[in-house]
Amino acid sequence: MCDSIFRHIGILRHRHIKKLMSSTIQYRRAKDRIFLGVVCVLSSLTMIPLFLILWELLKKGYKQINLSLFTEVAPSSMDAMLARISNEPIPGGILNGLSGTVLMLCMAIVMSIPVGILSGIYLAEHKDSKFSGAVRSLTDLLQGVPSIVVGVVVYAWVVRPMHSYSAFAGSVSLAIMMLPMIIRSTEESMKMVPGTLKEAGLALGASYSTIILRILVPAAFGGLFTGSLLAICRVMGETAPLLLTALGASSVNLNVTEPTSAIPLLIWEFYNDPNLANLIWTTSLLLLVFVLVINIIAKNIAKKWKIQ
Amino acid sequence: MENTINTQVRADSESQLSPNSELLLQLKDVSVSYSPDKKAVQDVSADIFSHTVTAIMGPSGCGKSTLLRAINRMHELYPNIKTEGEILLKGENVLDMNPMKVRRMAGMVFQRPNPFPTMSIYDNVLAGYSLNNIKLNKQEKDEIVETTLRGVALWDEVKDSMTKKGSFLSGGQQQRLCIARALALKPELLLMDEPTSALDPISTNRIEELILDLKRQYTIVIVTHNMSQAARISDNSMFMYLGELVEYDSTKKMFTKPKEKRTEDYLTGAFG
Amino acid sequence: MKDKLFKYLLFGACCLILLLSGGIIYALVSSSVEVFSHFGFFNFIQSTEWDSQNQKFGALPFIAGTMLTSLLALLFCIPFAFSIALFNGEYFRGTKIAAVVSSIVDLLAGIPSIVFGLWGFYVLRPVMVDLGINAQGFGVLLSSIVLAIMIIPYASSLSTEFISVVPNELKEAAYSLGATNLEVIRTVSIPFAGSGIFASFILALGRALGETMAVTMLIGNTNNIPKNLADTGNTMASIIANQFGEASGLKLSSLIAMGLLLFVLTAIINLIAKYIMKLVNK
Repeated sequence: MCDSIFRHIGILRHRHIKKLMSSTIQYRRAKDRIFLGVVCVLSSLTMIPLFLILWELLKKGYKQINLSLFTEVAPSSMDAMLARISNEPIPGGILNGLSGTVLMLCMAIVMSIPVGILSGIYLAEHKDSKFSGAVRSLTDLLQGVPSIVVGVVVYAWVVRPMHSYSAFAGSVSLAIMMLPMIIRSTEESMKMVPGTLKEAGLALGASYSTIILRILVPAAFGGLFTGSLLAICRVMGETAPLLLTALGASSVNLNVTEPTSAIPLLIWEFYNDPNLANLIWTTSLLLLVFVLVINIIAKNIAKKWKIQ
Repeated sequence: MENTINTQVRADSESQLSPNSELLLQLKDVSVSYSPDKKAVQDVSADIFSHTVTAIMGPSGCGKSTLLRAINRMHELYPNIKTEGEILLKGENVLDMNPMKVRRMAGMVFQRPNPFPTMSIYDNVLAGYSLNNIKLNKQEKDEIVETTLRGVALWDEVKDSMTKKGSFLSGGQQQRLCIARALALKPELLLMDEPTSALDPISTNRIEELILDLKRQYTIVIVTHNMSQAARISDNSMFMYLGELVEYDSTKKMFTKPKEKRTEDYLTGAFG
Repeated sequence: MKDKLFKYLLFGACCLILLLSGGIIYALVSSSVEVFSHFGFFNFIQSTEWDSQNQKFGALPFIAGTMLTSLLALLFCIPFAFSIALFNGEYFRGTKIAAVVSSIVDLLAGIPSIVFGLWGFYVLRPVMVDLGINAQGFGVLLSSIVLAIMIIPYASSLSTEFISVVPNELKEAAYSLGATNLEVIRTVSIPFAGSGIFASFILALGRALGETMAVTMLIGNTNNIPKNLADTGNTMASIIANQFGEASGLKLSSLIAMGLLLFVLTAIINLIAKYIMKLVNK
C-alpha cells in the first residue's frame, strides 16, 4: 500500500513538473513578451505627437523667419491680404507680442519669485506646523486652478476696477500661475539640503537669517533656479488668462496700464484671421522653441547643481 | 541619594581630574528633556578643566550627544527641547548669554563631515567670520587660513587647491577642514560629536593624533561610543547611562579601577 | 532683530498665499451671487438654455461638455500613460532610453495649449473629416484626442514615480518563484502602486477639466449637450474664453459663475487625488 502511495505521489509530481515545463510556461512567456511589446509600442506612439507638431511648425513656419519678424509689429489684415494676393511673404513681424510677453513675464517674475521663494523657505523650515499644512494645501489648490479661472479672477480684481485691460492685469494672472510651482520647488529643494549644514552654521554662531540666506539658499540654488525657470516656461505659452486680462494690442506698448499683446495672443489673433494664417506657424515655432530651450536649460541646470 | 552621588563625583574631580590647569566649564544639575515627562539627560554635574580632553562615553541613547549639544545650545533649533540647570563657561552661564556668542566660544565638530558645499576650501575655513559679518582684509584672511589649516595638518594637502569646493576632499580631509572651520574662530572649547564615526581607520587615526596635538591650545570635549578611542586620547572620562552621569574620573583610573559596577560592566562589554 | 524681521518676512509671504486663495474664492463667489439669486443655483446648473437675447443662462450643456471631453480624454490617455509608466518605471528603469523617453514626454508637457489647438485644427481635423466622423471634423472626439495627448505627461510622470518606488525585495521574491515580468507587474507592482497610479490619473483628469485653448479651437463651440462623440459642443472653459470679451451684465456674471463651478469641480478632483496620495505615502 505504501508503495502505491509513493508511486502515486511520484506520478503527481511528474505531471506537475511536466505541466510547469511545457505548454504553460511557453504560454506565460509569450504573454509576457506580447505585453512588453504592447508597452513599447504604446510608449513610442506617445512620442510621435511631439515630433509631428515640431515637423508641422518647421515645415510651415520656416518661410516667414526673417529679421523683420523681430523688428516690426504684426501686420494689419489688409496688408496681409494684399501680400497674399500678390503671392509675397506677409510683411511685418511679432514685435508687439514679443515685447508684451517680455514685459509681462518680467513683472510676473518680480511679483511671484520673492513671495514664492520666501513661502517655500517657510514651509521647509516649519515642516509640521498646522499653519504650514494649511499653506501647503492652498498651494496645491492654487496649482490646480484652471488658467481660464485665473483670468476670470484677475479680470474681477484688476481689469474691472481699473476699467481697462492692461499689461499689469496680464502679469498678475501669470504671477498667480507661477507662484504655486515656485513655492513647491523651493520647498522641495530646501528640504534636500542636509540638516547638518544648518547645525554647522549655527555652531559657528551665525544668525538664523544668515544661515538661511548664506548657507541653505546657496546650497539649494540649483533647485530654486530650475523651479523658477520651469514656472516661467509654463506660463510663457498661456493664452486663456491673457485673453481676459491683457487683451492684446496692435502696437508695441510698454505702458503697464494699457492693453498689451503677447506671443500667444498674437497666435490666437492670427488663427482667427484667415489673411494672417501664414504667420501662425512662424510665431508658434518661435514660441515653442523658446519654451523647449528654456525647458532643456532648466533640466540641465537641475542635473548640474544637484547636491552631492 | 542622587545628590550625594553627584557631590561625590565633583569632590573627586576637584581632587584628581586636573592637577595643573584652571576650571573652564562647569555643569550644574544640567537636565535636557525632549518632552515634559521624559528627560534625556538628568541632573548632570561635572567640572571640565582647560587643556584637557574629556571623553563622554556610554551606550547609544544614553544622552551623551544630547549633553554635548546642550553646552553650545544647539537644542534651540528644536522648540520642544528644554535645557535646565546651569552651564558655566568661564564663570558665565551659557543659558543666559547670547547664543551666538556662546557658539563662537564653543566650536563644534559633527559626526559626519559637513563642509559647506557651495564654499571653497578657503571660504570654508573663514565661514565663521563671514557668516558673522566680521570683515577681514586679505592678509588677515590668508594668515588665518594658513595657520588654521597648518594646525589641523591639512595645509600641505590643500594649499594648491584652495579655490576648490570642500566636497572634493576625502572624508578624513573634510573632517579636518570642519575642525579647522571651528578652530578659525579661536574658541575656548571644542565640542566633538563622534567626529570619527563616519571615517575609515586611517583617517580616524589622523584625527586622533590631531586631537592630542590640539590639546596644548584648546580644551576638548568629545563624545565617543568607542571605548578604546576614549582610552587613547582622553585625560578624563565620563560614563553616562540612561541620561545619568554614572562616573566621571581620570581616564586611567576609570579604565583600571572603576568605582561603579555599571561602568565596569560597560567597560568589560557586559552591555552596550 | 534682523532675524525677527526675516522670520516675519517668511511668515508674511505665507500669509499672502492665504490671502490670495481667499481673494480668488471671494472674487468668484461675489460675482456669482447675482446669477445664483437670479436663476437659483440648481436651475442654473440644470438649465440647458444659453440665450443672450432673453437673458436666460444655464450651465448644463457646458458641464456636460466638460465632463464628456475630459472623461473621454482620460480614457484615451490611460493605456498610453500607463505604458510610459511601465516603460520608465519598471522595464527600463534607470536606463538611458528611459531618460530619453521621459524627457521627450516632459517636453510634450511644455507645449502650450494653443499650439496643440493649432495642430489639432490643421492636422487632426482633416483626418477626422476623411474618416467621415462629421462634416467639419470639430467636436467632442477631436477635442478629447488632443486633450488626451496633452494630459499623458501629467499622468505618466507621477505614475512612473509610484511604480518605481515598488520595493525591489518584493519584486525579487516574485521573480524567485519563477514569475514572469508581466506576472510580477500584475501581482506585485500594480497592487503596491495602484492607488498612487489611480491618483495620478485623477490629477490628470483635473488638468483636462480646466484645459481651455485647445478645446476652444476644436470642440465646435455650439451650446448644446453633445449627444454622441461626433457631436459638437462647448466646455465650461471654452465658453468663458469665447464669450467673455463681449459679455456684460448678467451674461458676464453667468460666465464668472461658470468659472466658479469649474474652480470647485477641479478643486474637488484635485482634493480627492491629493487625499489618495496622502494615504499612499503613509
